Amino acid sequence: MKILVCVKQVPDMESRFRPDAAGVWYAETDLAFRVNEYDEYAIEQGILLKEQLGGEPEITVLSVGPDRVVEAIKKGLSMGGDRGVHVQDPAAHLKDPFQIASIIATYAKAEAFDLIFTGMQSLDRGSTQVGVTVAEALGYACATTVIGFEYADGTVTVKRELEGGVKGTVRLKTPALVTCQLGLNQPRYPTLPNIMKAKKKEIRVIPVAELLQQQARLVMADFHAPARKGTGVVLEGEVGDQVDRLIGILKDKTAVLR
Amino acid sequence: MKTLLIGECRNGKLLDHTYELFGFASQLGAETVMLLVGSEGALPSFGGTVYLADAGKYGEYNPDLHKRLVQAAVEREKPDYVVFMHTSYGWDLAPRVAALLQAPQVSEVVALAEGGFERPCCSQKMRQIVKPDGAPAVLTLQGGAFPAQIPGGTAQLQQVDVEGEGRLEFLGYEAAARKGVDLAKAEVIVSAGRGVGKKENLPVIAELAKVLGGEVGASRPVVDSGWMDPGSQVGVTGQTVSPKLYVACGISGAIQHLAGMKKSGFIVAINKDRDAPIGEVADVLVVADVMQFVPALTAKLSK
Repeated sequence: MKILVCVKQVPDMESRFRPDAAGVWYAETDLAFRVNEYDEYAIEQGILLKEQLGGEPEITVLSVGPDRVVEAIKKGLSMGGDRGVHVQDPAAHLKDPFQIASIIATYAKAEAFDLIFTGMQSLDRGSTQVGVTVAEALGYACATTVIGFEYADGTVTVKRELEGGVKGTVRLKTPALVTCQLGLNQPRYPTLPNIMKAKKKEIRVIPVAELLQQQARLVMADFHAPARKGTGVVLEGEVGDQVDRLIGILKDKTAVLR
Repeated sequence: MKTLLIGECRNGKLLDHTYELFGFASQLGAETVMLLVGSEGALPSFGGTVYLADAGKYGEYNPDLHKRLVQAAVEREKPDYVVFMHTSYGWDLAPRVAALLQAPQVSEVVALAEGGFERPCCSQKMRQIVKPDGAPAVLTLQGGAFPAQIPGGTAQLQQVDVEGEGRLEFLGYEAAARKGVDLAKAEVIVSAGRGVGKKENLPVIAELAKVLGGEVGASRPVVDSGWMDPGSQVGVTGQTVSPKLYVACGISGAIQHLAGMKKSGFIVAINKDRDAPIGEVADVLVVADVMQFVPALTAKLSK
């Protein structure tokens, strides 16, 4: 069995974001990058399946982006992936979800993976499109927003998370792609021996030009902070002072403190 | 300009947020038709054309067939926009429809903007404006962004059919887990988010709740990490609450959480990040570390 896990590297979401020179996306200056949280669930599920099948499947960890994304691939390899693919693209952030999906699909087509795991969305762009669009391009069955995953004999049974705590159970046959939602599993921390082992694993570099065959369907026009609708009071400063001011406000504005 | 709106049924009922699609179309000033995989017993209150496909035949969740039903309606109506809600149904089906139509897709639209559509990014902290290049364009709308509108009237039904079978077999719905605490009745809720740091810190939150005479709630990551019971989760996939006082401790404010608590009477948020989206709904935002501020607050209130 061949498994592909697609990972994206995204900034820490507690960062302060500023527009780039073109004003269409964030500037990378001062940002710390890490593996997109949803993709960590995708990596973990791939590894759990490999373990379930006695170690037979081979897991490829792929990322599209500039050289910094090699760190995200290495994280996947140190968690238990077997080999990495870096689609080298310094301008990946300017491509639309359709182009990113097309790039991944062009690579994956030649590899004939049985199962593909992706996150359900990225924390930065959050289009929820890339996974499904890869599946459509490859003609794979696809289930999204998965919080439960079982595999037996070429059949995948998943639980999809719907609204209001309701779940929907869906069965599909491989080849298939699933997009992973928070809560699917508990991603493992790489151990030191595994981090050392990962350093020896192959990471193949493919220039994006070899895989890009599609024009963008979206034009990125602007990037800005939302207008603050909140009319709330912001309390900053020393903790003791903040406590006193908050208690004053609660006495004044709510009936909760008597 | 014309929009094809994609309604949504679950367990035989039309979902309320379907009316937000009409709210959007009205802001756009567009002519409107709807496609619904449902039944004659669950039609929207809308006097225009409704392409109705029988959910008994096609299933409520069968994306391989639903995307082709949408395609059939698109071929007949030639809309400028095909519009879904950004829900587990919409974000699942919309990219499949976009792929089939070779159309651009803009996800989670929150507003119309000059030259395109505004959508959130960076965990709701920022906004981007994107413009679809080509028609029709596929859109999904963020829940709550466009006020619901009930057009009224009796639907003019059009039959729509496709042949074939889907590759996904839908085995059924599973009801929500039994609620632990009924947070809906609580007057005060103190909720713990990821900013609390670790499970061992949770008693600090419980002590504040006790001093305020309230219950303890949780954001989704806290429940997913196994720190708290799923019954205590506030948000779209948990409980929707409206206490007199809601205290969000270390909760950044994912849209799913905000939708579940923004109708609270008074909202206090404690967060290190001054720009966290929770600040959008908070009456008071305390910029502080939860583990420093909350014990100090509890101590002062206990006196």
